Amino acid sequence: MMHRTKLMAWLAAATLGAASTAAFAQAEQFVPLLSYRVGAYAAGGSGIFGGYIDYMNYINMKEGGVNGVKLSWEECETEYNNSRGVECYERLKKRGSGATLVQPLSTGITYSLIDRVATDKIPMVTLGYGRTDAADGRVFPWVFPMITTYWSQASAMIKYIARKEGGEDKLKGKKIVHLYHDSAYGKEPIAVFQEYQKRLGVEVTSIAVPHPGNEQQSQWLQIRQIRPDYVILWGWGVMNTVALKTAQRNGYPSGKILGVWWAGSEEDVIPAGDASKGYTTAVFNVAGANLPLVQDVKRVVYAKGKGNMEDATRVGSVYHVRGLVHGIITVEAIRKAQERFGKGKVMTAEQVRWGLENLNLDEARLKQLNAAGMMPPLKMSCADHEGSGLVKFQTWDGNQWKVVTPDWIAPDKQMIRGMIEESAAKYAKEKNITPRDCSKES
Amino acid sequence: MTFFFEVLIGGLLSGVMYSLVALGFVLIYKASGVFNFAQGALVFMAALTFVGLTEMGLGFAMALAVTLVVMIAGALLTERLVLRKLVNQPQITLFMATIGLTFFIEGLTQLVWGSQPRGLDLGIPDQPIEWVLDRAGIVVSQFELFAAGVAAVMVAALALFFQKTRIGRGLRAVADDHQAAQSIGIPLHLIWAYVWAAAGFVALVAGLLWGARNGVQFALTFTALKALPVLILGGFESVPGAIIGGLIIGAVEKLAEVYVGPMVGGGIEGWVAYVIALLFLLVRPEGLFGEKHIDRV
Amino acid sequence: MLYREAGQFKTSYATDQQIFPIRQDRVAVVALAALAFVVVPLIATQYWLSAILIPFLIFALAALGLNILTGYAGQLSLGTAAFMAVGAFAAYNFVLRVPGMPVLLAFVLAGGCAALVGVLFGLPSLRIKGFYLAVATLAAQFFVVWALVKFPWFSNYSSSGVITAQKMTILGIDIDTPLRKYMLTLTIVTLLALAAKNMVRSSIGRAWMAVRDMDVAAEVIGFPLMRTKLTAFAVSSFYCGVAGALYAYAYLGTVEPEAFTLDLSFRILFMIIIGGIGSILGSFLGAGFIVLLPIFLNIVVHWLNGVAQSLFSASLPASITSNLELMVFGGLIIFFLIVEPHGLARLWQIGKEKLRLWPFPH
Repeated sequence: MMHRTKLMAWLAAATLGAASTAAFAQAEQFVPLLSYRVGAYAAGGSGIFGGYIDYMNYINMKEGGVNGVKLSWEECETEYNNSRGVECYERLKKRGSGATLVQPLSTGITYSLIDRVATDKIPMVTLGYGRTDAADGRVFPWVFPMITTYWSQASAMIKYIARKEGGEDKLKGKKIVHLYHDSAYGKEPIAVFQEYQKRLGVEVTSIAVPHPGNEQQSQWLQIRQIRPDYVILWGWGVMNTVALKTAQRNGYPSGKILGVWWAGSEEDVIPAGDASKGYTTAVFNVAGANLPLVQDVKRVVYAKGKGNMEDATRVGSVYHVRGLVHGIITVEAIRKAQERFGKGKVMTAEQVRWGLENLNLDEARLKQLNAAGMMPPLKMSCADHEGSGLVKFQTWDGNQWKVVTPDWIAPDKQMIRGMIEESAAKYAKEKNITPRDCSKES
Repeated sequence: MTFFFEVLIGGLLSGVMYSLVALGFVLIYKASGVFNFAQGALVFMAALTFVGLTEMGLGFAMALAVTLVVMIAGALLTERLVLRKLVNQPQITLFMATIGLTFFIEGLTQLVWGSQPRGLDLGIPDQPIEWVLDRAGIVVSQFELFAAGVAAVMVAALALFFQKTRIGRGLRAVADDHQAAQSIGIPLHLIWAYVWAAAGFVALVAGLLWGARNGVQFALTFTALKALPVLILGGFESVPGAIIGGLIIGAVEKLAEVYVGPMVGGGIEGWVAYVIALLFLLVRPEGLFGEKHIDRV
Repeated sequence: MLYREAGQFKTSYATDQQIFPIRQDRVAVVALAALAFVVVPLIATQYWLSAILIPFLIFALAALGLNILTGYAGQLSLGTAAFMAVGAFAAYNFVLRVPGMPVLLAFVLAGGCAALVGVLFGLPSLRIKGFYLAVATLAAQFFVVWALVKFPWFSNYSSSGVITAQKMTILGIDIDTPLRKYMLTLTIVTLLALAAKNMVRSSIGRAWMAVRDMDVAAEVIGFPLMRTKLTAFAVSSFYCGVAGALYAYAYLGTVEPEAFTLDLSFRILFMIIIGGIGSILGSFLGAGFIVLLPIFLNIVVHWLNGVAQSLFSASLPASITSNLELMVFGGLIIFFLIVEPHGLARLWQIGKEKLRLWPFPH
């Protein structure tokens, strides 16, 4: 009997507790975080989600939220696993006032959620990963591969090489090896490279590295045979470090290796030691502890002991700043939506989607956000869910990343857009989707 | 032809790296019949603990000693808390227990040292040896030669240990028949503790070499997958098998990737090693040096 | 008292050969079916349906498939995820390339494709045994995923290599809501589970068990080894293939080949070990355990953290809780293996024995 009374009391307390948190959460804008802090990709997960949380804390502490609406969030561990990610999404999507938007930070989970976000009407933002052709907002109204996609990146890389060589006409006959993680992710840019091979006469050879990429001797021996002018490293996780190490072992200079933005963090180059000095990667966010926004986050958030990064030296690292960019996109979309649907109100997911589609972060706005030069300007629209496509390039000098292109490098937008529309149209046909008419959207 | 030799040598040297991990598997399987999947996690744990300790300011020798103590303590605890309770269970149960152990070790290691990848410099440059490059035009890495030397020393030491020492002989007796060994007074648990401690030591050596080669990060646990085809090729119970198997797998997988890979789109290294081992098994179902079991009704 | 078969006489061959010979079992199974088919759809929320129950059923089906191979026929396999991948991609291509293909037929054909691949990779089992075979099935795991990534035909030349499950329509009903997907999955899983239950007590099932217990002896008394082992591979892979097709169609929608990792194979192997090797019920219990445990841990840790936050206004950072969850998960698996090495199904059996005597313990 005694036990039952206790149990009832405990249950009552638990219910009350749940009810009170629900009431408490009502006036807050809820953001679900499908994070991963264990496993092979934990370094990226902890950095990016750390930065994301830091930025939301920063807005809450500095401005008292977005026009007074506090941001709230909850983390759910996905272990970078599709079904765990789906469960986390389903668990968190109705929390509080409902999910604002979701950023899965895993291409696999992104695919698993594409159908679900369309049914639930929750926008999904994927910064620099995910499904490239979703940039066609007419076919994918709820998916936002913002800032830049893999195709834009491949194009920008060719542009960068052209700039180094002194013009696109100089690329004829140049040899480039595309060393890629043997997965959907790594194969994605092949179409773009083939297009350039046709257009500019540059010779691109694609060489696959099987997952996880901890052994690349044979690939680099092949590269040694080809003697390419550049190696484009389309890697992920341990593959990046091993590529740099194996390049050194085979005497290929790191200065001629050009990495993607998922191969361009401190976590990729530090384990490779000397082998990574001089190595260059694309980035859509600049890093550095001296960036004005990072300084301000340190002053506002870290000084009060609320910072999310356990290792303070990682504040301002590539992944951490990328997390801040995730935060900026989230907050600015909410702000934009509030401009139209009512300042100081909690926005629904559909209103936030309007905010995303009408987001315009120009240089002036980025300056106000202390983020000028840190991330590229972007202007979204109903049809264009990418919004920018600009990247910078940075070189590792042994201690830190140094930006080597002061301005943002643009991809061949026209060519990429054509490819995106073609691929999206094929998807629409397969799925029987009638694309939206963007002229009718307001 | 130079290129062929370059690939062959690169493959053989990589194979030695696989053998280092495979050795740990063999030790434990030989003595206790446990297919210890946690070996990869042990490699990760050893490397990260060592680097973590050096970051805390310990010298190389000191860090090495402390890591060794940690690894041996971990091995003893595993024996005491897990394996001893699972004596006489089917092999698959033991195998699954070691996967559970893998999760535990991975969680613990990242909990203590964080998820940051780190570099590890053993002071041996991982660069082509100029002399060979100039004379023969073949790339041979100093570091990998060093690793091969370490592997050779280790195999020799283990072989001596098994053949010449009292514990080693006890170990072989245990491997042959648990009950018979116990009945003539060989302390089973003690032998197992020794073996797990030795596997911890092998994991430390493998962890340092792999860590210096690929960076110290979570992916070190995946080295186990590279060791598996080596194991089935060489036989689960054979120390020399692990070395020979490693050399064969390393060489054939590199040659296949370079010469066959381009025809089918590349990236075949991931499975080709398994297929080689599989084909081999069809001829010799217990591996190159595995013990032949005769089935009796 | 409650669970006692005394007094239940079998007067015809038909009653003697029932799947569930004890009346209480029949009642329990009917009650369970009623719960799953009627009560759950009435009360389950969308979260429960689409994030817990559907994956649970699909994994249970895959575990069932593996259990046929490993638990009944004694052949250890680490390639389950590969056979699921074959099922998923085959179903996609059948629906895509054959106009008017009914989706259920596509599932069956997908299972058939998986069965073919299973037989192919099962051939070495005629020569290789135990862990040697297990590692050899890894060849299937890596080869299949590689082939699906490498040959764009499988994903209809999609630039990103993923497949997107087409709309499912069965008898004019669109299977689009979680509830309908749940009902579809449940029906398929129930039918296949009953079929499995029947199969393992038929002659073929007895042949599997004979081979499992000692293949040389089985061969001596006249079981054709090759046929027995290969049918086990075929049936097992068929189940995994259907599970894979459901994984793509009823659960995730869009699937990349890399979703079918070695990790998934291990998880399914866990399910049958924890649930009970050689037990149909065990496959379900194990799937429940492995699917729900990490989620449960995650929720509990969150909750504890919330309590800590309100009591001491301090909580553990996520990096610590996530790692703790992983450790507890690994620790619990070891704990279960030590406490009950024959799996949850064995606990259920012990429970039944107790019930038989209850309330008189002697």
